Amino acid sequence: MIINRIQMLGQSVLSTVSRLGQASVFLYQIILTMPGVFLRPALIIKQLHSTGVQTLIIILVAGGFIGMVLALQSYYVLVDFGAEDSISQMVVLSLMRELGPVITGLLFAGRAGSALTAEIGLMKSTEQLSGMEMMAIDPMQRVLAPRILSGFLAMPLLTAVFMAVGVLGAYVVSVHGFGIFEGVFWSLAQTKVDFYTDLMNGMIKSVVFGLVIVWIAVFEGYDSMPTSEGLGQATTRTVVHGSLAVLGLDFLLTALMYGDI
Amino acid sequence: MNTRRIEIVVGLFVVLGFAAFFMLAMNVSNLITYENNKGYRVTANFDNIGGLRERSPVAVGGVRIGKVSSIEYDSETYEAVVTMEIEPEYSRFPIDSSAGILTAGLLGEQYIGLEPGAEEEFLKEGDKITITQSALVLEDIIGQFLYSKADEK
Repeated sequence: MIINRIQMLGQSVLSTVSRLGQASVFLYQIILTMPGVFLRPALIIKQLHSTGVQTLIIILVAGGFIGMVLALQSYYVLVDFGAEDSISQMVVLSLMRELGPVITGLLFAGRAGSALTAEIGLMKSTEQLSGMEMMAIDPMQRVLAPRILSGFLAMPLLTAVFMAVGVLGAYVVSVHGFGIFEGVFWSLAQTKVDFYTDLMNGMIKSVVFGLVIVWIAVFEGYDSMPTSEGLGQATTRTVVHGSLAVLGLDFLLTALMYGDI
Repeated sequence: MNTRRIEIVVGLFVVLGFAAFFMLAMNVSNLITYENNKGYRVTANFDNIGGLRERSPVAVGGVRIGKVSSIEYDSETYEAVVTMEIEPEYSRFPIDSSAGILTAGLLGEQYIGLEPGAEEEFLKEGDKITITQSALVLEDIIGQFLYSKADEK
């Protein structure tokens, strides 16, 4: 009996490793086709519309409310110490270092990642991809590469928008709600927030998350079983694996950027 | 026409993203303070700098006029050498001005407070402030207080 269990364990480890390998080879093949994609920027623009512009609304709403809530909660704690002026430092740092890239990544995986997987999975199950191959069009270059590039470009832009809207939300709550002086709010943020260690590191995180999410999404779609059930499973896997990858990578990147490990 | 609309919307999206980034960089980070390196630098030696760090403020009467640009240790005099950068519009500091390390509030951040002197000559690039007062270390004060209490008995 135990032997069976061990065999199951080994099997799942082996299949995980082999999927990771397939995904890496897949990404490598797509990167090889990238130079050709730049000759047709219209393809990337179209994908930027579906991954970036259509995710913008949810990012704006989430960013605004998260900034407001952060300001509220920080105020309740800080006011006990008479340090409510530090609210801007607290909110801006948490938005730039962690919440901006991570929450944008999670929302991006849910909104854009799932749509990518479903689209590519359906293309595969209706044999559009094989059809392209028959016409000597490389589906990697025509379909997959622009999507990977668009995620790579859209994520930092969305993250910047999320952070800015979050800061504005915190500004509204703390300056107009709690009566913190406007000058104190901005000047404290300016003196305490470093352009490189805080803002740029947040942006680097967002680029990494964007790449990983679209990679997972496109691979799951391309690798999905061409049935309605398989498509559903692939979409779920994109969201779950994408979100977990964002959270795990965030820990790793934070340790690298801010820790002494 | 449809492609044109998509392109316009995507263009707006990219502009919005960059605008957000520049707003963050300019309004809520210290990028601007990197820019103006035109100030003049003066140094001061302190026995103890306490919790002073690079980019701590330099203030006169509570008004911020510059920042600490570097902190080094002089192994000849066993003192900390603090270089501060003062913005060019505040160029009229007498050469006998004194510098002290003060604390904002009871447990707040430490900064350098300048006290203007009375000389006719003004501080300029590379000058050294000789009259300095070190940071107050809370443990030392408590220690002194306890010793003086013990002596009274």
